[in-house]
Amino acid sequence: MIWIVFVLVFWAAAWRVNIVLTAQKPNRFNAFAVPALFGITLLLLWEGFVRGFGISPVLLPAPSAIAVTFSQNLPVLWGDFVQTFVKGALSGYIIGCGAAILVAVAVDRSPFLQRGLLPVGNFVAALPIIGLAPIMVMWFGFDWQSKAAVVVAMVFFPVLVNTVQGLQASDAMQRDLMRTYAASYPQALMKLRLPAAMPFIFNGLKIATTLALIGAIVAEFFGSPIKGMGFRISTEVGRLALDMVWAEIAVAAIAGSAFYGLVALLEKGVTFWHPSQRG
Amino acid sequence: MNDTVISAKNLSLTFETNDGPVHALKDINLDIAKGEFVSFIGPSGCGKTTFLRCMADLETPTGGEITVNGVTPREARKSRAYGYVFQAAGLYPWRTIGGNIRLPLEIMGYSKEDQAKRVQQVLELVELDGFDRKFPWQLSGGMQQRASIARALAFDADILLMDEPFGALDEIVRDHLNEQLLALWARTEKTIGFVTHSIPEAVYLSTKIVVMSPRPGRIADVIESTLPKERPLEIRDTPEFIEIAHRVRDGLREGHADG
Repeated sequence: MIWIVFVLVFWAAAWRVNIVLTAQKPNRFNAFAVPALFGITLLLLWEGFVRGFGISPVLLPAPSAIAVTFSQNLPVLWGDFVQTFVKGALSGYIIGCGAAILVAVAVDRSPFLQRGLLPVGNFVAALPIIGLAPIMVMWFGFDWQSKAAVVVAMVFFPVLVNTVQGLQASDAMQRDLMRTYAASYPQALMKLRLPAAMPFIFNGLKIATTLALIGAIVAEFFGSPIKGMGFRISTEVGRLALDMVWAEIAVAAIAGSAFYGLVALLEKGVTFWHPSQRG
Repeated sequence: MNDTVISAKNLSLTFETNDGPVHALKDINLDIAKGEFVSFIGPSGCGKTTFLRCMADLETPTGGEITVNGVTPREARKSRAYGYVFQAAGLYPWRTIGGNIRLPLEIMGYSKEDQAKRVQQVLELVELDGFDRKFPWQLSGGMQQRASIARALAFDADILLMDEPFGALDEIVRDHLNEQLLALWARTEKTIGFVTHSIPEAVYLSTKIVVMSPRPGRIADVIESTLPKERPLEIRDTPEFIEIAHRVRDGLREGHADG
């Protein structure tokens, strides 16, 4: 009971502090403090209710229990992270996005490909990953290669569509200017079309970060070596070790956020000139 | 006035639209000699911009003939015979002012040292020295337009085509840029084609004023200016200036009456 009273009081106090903080002028401190306080409150509420109501750890382990499991299994979690994220998701992401941008340039150049390839890409994007993953495992084996293949299939289309759209984003006057310089196609592509397409390309790249992680984890449910985040989640659920499952979810959340943040940071550097980034 | 730079003979251009053909240009005949400053003036829809775009090979005429430097506009474009200034500055926002001016030089394969030298030169010419590291969006509209003029001047083209370059600017900035443009023209001895819809601007700048009228786009009058080459802004109050402006206005009105 004391736990529940404590977290409710803490909740009310944190709420009050955040009201005061948000009423102030925005600055570096409260830009960080407000969401941090919100997150801490959420974790404390979770901890307090789990302890106060005596919820079974199979249904919902307390954050402290998850943290303990996390710290005791660092080598296992690291191994899973490398297997799933670095080998599966990251390599698939790089191959898939790279191929999509190259194909987009080809599609942009040729109306024939535009009519032929885009519908096929659309079709592949509509295939459910649940159906695709076992096929890829059959084709490319149990190890990370099949996971990368699933990721390629998942990230390819959003990046392709965004890039194709981006390559058409330069306006008529900017293109006329290139014409008056008698610029060649590669020159116009490198100096006008691709830079102008960057905001669109990064849009696709950001969407693809989360898709890559989902793809790599889900693909492991259909066969993998005895490591990997998806493998761990499916086996630990079977052993009712839900604290380990939550620890893997924490790893996925951290890796996913960091990945997204990194791409967003890169975007800020490349498209600093775009009105949405000038701020 | 013997060496002709631009020559149009019975030039016509018809756009096929859903509402039937639109005669943007009809039977245009005009010769522009080397070193002339020619203004094209007329109401919107008279084809003045289209005519300029034909010279630049940005539009393809449907009838008649046009030559630039004695060859077709396409060949002239391929040999980089002209610089073109658009209605809006159209600077690439991901490049600095210096980077934007360097753009045509990079494309045309000038050496790195030559690029740096030329960028510095034209920046001084348009009084923007010191701004080469700024980005376009950090500059006012007038400065952006000056940068776009610098960009068109950076490479060796004898012809400068300008499509209402000062149309979007206020009158004070415009006066200043007009003065600068005249000084620049005197210094570089380029042939300039200049589209405008301002009578004072046309009279102040030009050695030859081409008055055009709409539907179909055609030339209503060609006025050779009698003003001296040296033109302070006050020249706009002289009887001679007012007389020419009057003739331009008459030409515009006539074109409108039977249009």
